[in-house]
Amino acid sequence: MKEVNITELERMFQEKIDQDIKIEPKDWMPDDYRETLIRQISQHAHSEIVGMLPEGNWITRAPNLRRKAVLLAKVQDEAGHGLYLYSAAETLGADREDTIDDLHSGKAKYSSIFNYPTLTWADMGAIGWLVDGAAIMNQVPICRCSYGPYARAMVRVCKEESFHQRQGFEIMMTLAKGSPEQKAMAQDALNRFWWPALMMFGPSDGESKHTAQSMKWKIKRSTNDELRQQFVDVTVPQAEMIGLTLPDADLSFNEATGHYEYGEINWAEFWEVVKGNGPCNKDRIDTRRKAKEEGQWVREAATAFAQKRAARKSA
Amino acid sequence: MNQAHVEFVLRIADDSLILGHRLSEWCGHGPVLEEDIAMTNIALDLIGQATSLLNHAATLQGEGKTGDDLAFLRFDREYRNLLLVEQPNGDFGMTMMRQFLFDAYRTILFERMQSSSDEMIAAIAEKSLKETKYHLKHSSEWVIRLGDGTEESHARIQESLNTLWRYANELFYTDAVDDEMRNAGILPDLSDLRQQWENTVNHVFQEATLTIPSNNWKQEGGRKGMHSEHLGYILAEMQYMQRAYPNMEW
Ligand SMILES: [Fe+2]
Ligand SMILES: [Fe+2]
Repeated sequence: MKEVNITELERMFQEKIDQDIKIEPKDWMPDDYRETLIRQISQHAHSEIVGMLPEGNWITRAPNLRRKAVLLAKVQDEAGHGLYLYSAAETLGADREDTIDDLHSGKAKYSSIFNYPTLTWADMGAIGWLVDGAAIMNQVPICRCSYGPYARAMVRVCKEESFHQRQGFEIMMTLAKGSPEQKAMAQDALNRFWWPALMMFGPSDGESKHTAQSMKWKIKRSTNDELRQQFVDVTVPQAEMIGLTLPDADLSFNEATGHYEYGEINWAEFWEVVKGNGPCNKDRIDTRRKAKEEGQWVREAATAFAQKRAARKSA
Repeated sequence: MNQAHVEFVLRIADDSLILGHRLSEWCGHGPVLEEDIAMTNIALDLIGQATSLLNHAATLQGEGKTGDDLAFLRFDREYRNLLLVEQPNGDFGMTMMRQFLFDAYRTILFERMQSSSDEMIAAIAEKSLKETKYHLKHSSEWVIRLGDGTEESHARIQESLNTLWRYANELFYTDAVDDEMRNAGILPDLSDLRQQWENTVNHVFQEATLTIPSNNWKQEGGRKGMHSEHLGYILAEMQYMQRAYPNMEW
């Protein structure tokens, strides 16, 4: 009897999805749908928070006051994105601190791109342009995600991401038309970040284990390879416009398809970074864990104080 | 160019810049995400204030320099900030205590400076006052929360107060520059600045159950370019790009 009911509920659930009716926190949903969303949203939240570190690395060394302020504002936006996303995950019953502990234990993942170091100022340009650019490609379709709170959070986030992308591109453009040293700095940053940026879209469609179900549930609206292709098509002309060369000897435009064809992605490197063997995985997680541990006494004090105040009020 | 006028603007500008720099060091390392956002926001306000003030100082100087030149190409001995704002972040309580002692002073200063005869200063003070009131609310709430929180937090923030108290006296430092500015109507009367500041501070410390240290070391020198050893490292980091790659657009 119970099983029949579940089947019926699942059928109605899928019907809503097919009709593009948003699923809201109090609605019935299959356990797998809930778990997939919690995994994806908290992974996304972690990426925003860990992503503050490589750029935070250059705030105190920004070359002028305007760049310093813009970079500070950008990193602050990323913290805000993290906050919306943790809240969206909480609507599904995932406690913020628990999901953060999963990040620190290595159980939860975050975007592999943030495991690469930021070595020069030009990296602030490359990250804004390529990483926020790739994030936009990934996130715009999620604005139409079947889960209401996630879709709405993405609408807010995407507006800010396009500002981030523009300021990054503007840094690169300024460097590219600057002194020979500046141009070399920009080219070096592009060389280092191009392939990791392509990897941000995740494994090829054939390898991606979650895609089919996520597409059916409208959690995902385009495949990894489709999004990656869109990104390449948009970005190649931008690089040409500012006179930088993409580090891919096989890159060519296919007149027949209207798309750029790109060389083979180094998937061995991708999986190594995902498994924790990227250049900065350990540093990033150690830093986040340390922030949480060193903030423990502050959070305890805030709780104790709130309790004291509440007790005094009711006394 | 009026030397005292430039000097006066640099003192306020450098306080904002150096404290903004210190706070920005927290970015991504805060005790909770909400505080990462708050501290970044305050840093952003301070960098904004510093930018307006340094641009103004550069104009008053009339040597064709920019605010960026003043931020990135002056050496330690030419910096005019208080010793308090260059002190290391320490733990979160130390950062909040440093911020509170400073915000309590800055609120009064900006309130008064709104009536400066230098219209640019008056306008910057008016805008900055709104920001500083929020900073003071934030820092005083944390001082109270930590002071009246747990045993550990009380001990830690009391220790921060003991450490930083020696720099508080410098908030009220005055010399011939201030006299000249007051005579010119650029700096309004501040004779009750200390009294007003003590009112705020005593009130908050009482709520926070904190004790003002009995020793009253008067560390000063920042206003004359005599800094602690910390400032050199701040500038080495902050000025790295401009020193390594001079005369370029970024
Ligand atoms: Fe973001
Ligand atoms: Fe972003």
